[in-house]
Amino acid sequence: MADDRVVGIDLGTTNSLVAYMGSGPSLAHPDASGKSVFILPGEDGSNLVPSVVAVDRDNHMLVGNAAREVLLNSPERAVYSVKRLMGRGVEDVREELKLFPFHLAEDLMPGEVLRIHLGERTYTPPEISAQILRQLKRNAERFFGAPVKQAVITVPAYFNDAQRQATKDAGRIAGLEVLRLVNEPTAASLAYGLDRKQNGTIAVYDFGGGTFDVSILKLKDGIFEVIATNGDTHLGGDDIDNLLIAVAVEDIAGDLGVDARQHPEIVQRLRNAVIEAKIALSSRETAEIELALPEGKVYQRKITREMFEQMVQPIVERTLGPCRQALKDADLTVEQVDEVVLVGGSTRIPLVRRKVEELFARKAHTELNPDEVVALGAAVQANILAGGSAETQDMLLLDVTPLSLGIEALGGVTAKIIHRNSTIPASATEHFTTGVEGQVSVAIHVLQGERELAKDCRSLARFDLKGIPPMPAGFPRIEVRFLIDANGILHVSAREQRSGKEAEIKVQPSYGLTDEQVENMILDSYDNAEQDLAERQLIEARNEAETILTALAKGRNNEAWEQLIPSEQVKVDELESNLRRAMEGTDYEDIRESIDELNEATMHLAELMMDAAVGGALRGKNMQTTDMGEGPESSHPIGKAEFS
Amino acid sequence: MSDQPNAALQVTDGDGHHHHRCWSCGDMRAEHFCGECGHVQPAEPTDFFSFFGLPRRLQLDESALEREFYTLSRKLHPDVYSRASAREQAWSLEKTSQLNDAYRTLKDAISRTEYLLKIEGIQLDEQSKNATEKARASGVDKRQTVPAELLEESFELNMLLEEAKMGDIDDSLRTQLIATRAGLMARLKTMQDELHAAWKQWDGGDSEATALMVDVLNRRGYLRNLVRDIDEVLK
Repeated sequence: MADDRVVGIDLGTTNSLVAYMGSGPSLAHPDASGKSVFILPGEDGSNLVPSVVAVDRDNHMLVGNAAREVLLNSPERAVYSVKRLMGRGVEDVREELKLFPFHLAEDLMPGEVLRIHLGERTYTPPEISAQILRQLKRNAERFFGAPVKQAVITVPAYFNDAQRQATKDAGRIAGLEVLRLVNEPTAASLAYGLDRKQNGTIAVYDFGGGTFDVSILKLKDGIFEVIATNGDTHLGGDDIDNLLIAVAVEDIAGDLGVDARQHPEIVQRLRNAVIEAKIALSSRETAEIELALPEGKVYQRKITREMFEQMVQPIVERTLGPCRQALKDADLTVEQVDEVVLVGGSTRIPLVRRKVEELFARKAHTELNPDEVVALGAAVQANILAGGSAETQDMLLLDVTPLSLGIEALGGVTAKIIHRNSTIPASATEHFTTGVEGQVSVAIHVLQGERELAKDCRSLARFDLKGIPPMPAGFPRIEVRFLIDANGILHVSAREQRSGKEAEIKVQPSYGLTDEQVENMILDSYDNAEQDLAERQLIEARNEAETILTALAKGRNNEAWEQLIPSEQVKVDELESNLRRAMEGTDYEDIRESIDELNEATMHLAELMMDAAVGGALRGKNMQTTDMGEGPESSHPIGKAEFS
Repeated sequence: MSDQPNAALQVTDGDGHHHHRCWSCGDMRAEHFCGECGHVQPAEPTDFFSFFGLPRRLQLDESALEREFYTLSRKLHPDVYSRASAREQAWSLEKTSQLNDAYRTLKDAISRTEYLLKIEGIQLDEQSKNATEKARASGVDKRQTVPAELLEESFELNMLLEEAKMGDIDDSLRTQLIATRAGLMARLKTMQDELHAAWKQWDGGDSEATALMVDVLNRRGYLRNLVRDIDEVLK
């Protein structure tokens, strides 16, 4: 069981989180709310891991809060908002580069995967994302005291094939088997749906740090069927920050004669200051920005909520078009939507709430923390994929592809073969032939997007159908099957029907990594991890020991302790001091051995506690609130069920 | 997929129908799952009506279809097979894509009709949406068969559209366009009744009904193009 744990991960533009849904929190980590789905905090106790990766002077990779420190003092050694670069090429990101201090490698060719300077070398966006994922994996492993190898990762609903593939690659590089990519708004609906199993139509408005999505779902007896989705993968809180920074930079230049753009660290501190002001303005009417500049100059500015709203209104308005389009695609009127759910940090802005509630003409749901709801939903989907539980057994998610899939036809026209908002998995079969006598290959250009001309759509892949037996022109009949899987990722296979020859086509997405490249990156990370493996195992073993000792301390206070015969008590005492001694040493195997022995010796105590708790439950006591804090499925509440 | 059902497991009955044995327990299987052991069976080429075990009829209980879609989704979806063998995962993926494609096609009245005509070997005219899209994008003049009843109306409308494209749309032109649009929409509505009548004939065994359906769909396509042209200039 322990090795089969599937976690849910929200790999966000600004913050990332890892969550788990299990048969109740463990004895050692009872969750305050007693919920079965919960966020796994990091070592610092924080639920959010800032999506920032940095390299310190000693070439150590830092992730999260530690990396954010580096970002403030030496911005050139840190990368943030890397999600904006996932699955994109150098010609896609020109606009971003004006606003974000990404340091791209100078020798990038069009169509190539991006590489970003960080410390002494360059990294691709999936490698940087993998650092964040690995941190989340570590947090989960620290929590469980066992390896975590499988995950569900969320992506913006409006992510295209290349962006999805890049996310999956990041998982692989981090040593995670990605069981499913789930769309963020859909994940949020799962988290909400767990609490309130109601039939009806809901709209999820997800305005995050870097992306905007809207999804419309039909809920029926546990089936979550997405009817339509829309969005903008480059619209989020980041844009609001950049706008405020631009205004401030102009102010600073005009009032104080300082060109802030020349000082990356000033821009970085300014970014922090405007973010603070933005957050403050969600609960207050005014906020103040104060920034120390060179030569003792100080930039000071008061912003009222009214001014703020006036400035950001155009950005907020940009989210409304996709909402209307999604409604239109779903063939629904505003009145037919039963509930609206708000997701993503940017929905804390009062103006955003007002605009959404105005558009949908109803009050929006905000009960679940908008920063955590997506990760919680990912954990629900992870639970479903791991075989489900009583709470999830009726739940099934039916999602759609956000963008139409097409192929380039004669004259540079897009011929759509799978339309947007088709339920996935979805497929299409197309037939091709040759135009020239003896032609042995046919070129196919796969596109994603809604535009009529191929050049206006996103180029997903170009590939050649090779090995066609030489035949007169127009004679070969090549059947190509396009299949979009449940992750929203495209697979292509082809068959020449006259010869019966089957060809597996490797579709290399534009701006994607090859399998080989990904393999090498995985090896890379192993090499680096090797150094701290022993250290990590020791830390984990100690954490496990702490866990069982804490549980034992609780056990001693339980009436069950008195039911043990004296020789049993003595044995437990003895093994407890053994473990404490082992913990002072540095041999993790020694610690584990002592844990196992203590575990064995406390089996009887655990059973007695379990009986008492079950009895208590039968007498009408709530099990979650008893000292047990453990679900009835668990056989041995003292130690963790299994160690590996 | 390389996992083809084993030929030795195929049995032909007296009527010449192929039946398959379950790959897992060897029992004769019903369709998507083995009747005996419940295992998912390999995906096979099938038409969308057969996939749902439906006859090729067009009058269809759409809510019953939705129920069946949900029932089959619960059993076939890749989520259910995430811990199954690789080949069962592959079959689940194939079958679920068939299920989704079939449901999407059959639940909508027009796509259902077009699909039936296609599998009955009947070509729709150049009025089809795809052909229109292609022609519009490439700028090639599309072969237009203007339905006789619409000749005059379409001529007048095209004059209005030309005028609208030339310059500003004044109030009187706008009113005219809106009125024409309303008229076209009303016609589209009556076409729905014509289509339903043709379905009834087809379902009653009249194979000539396909000609009626082709005619309705073509006229409908033409009307919809006109409506779209109006919407474009009014936008």
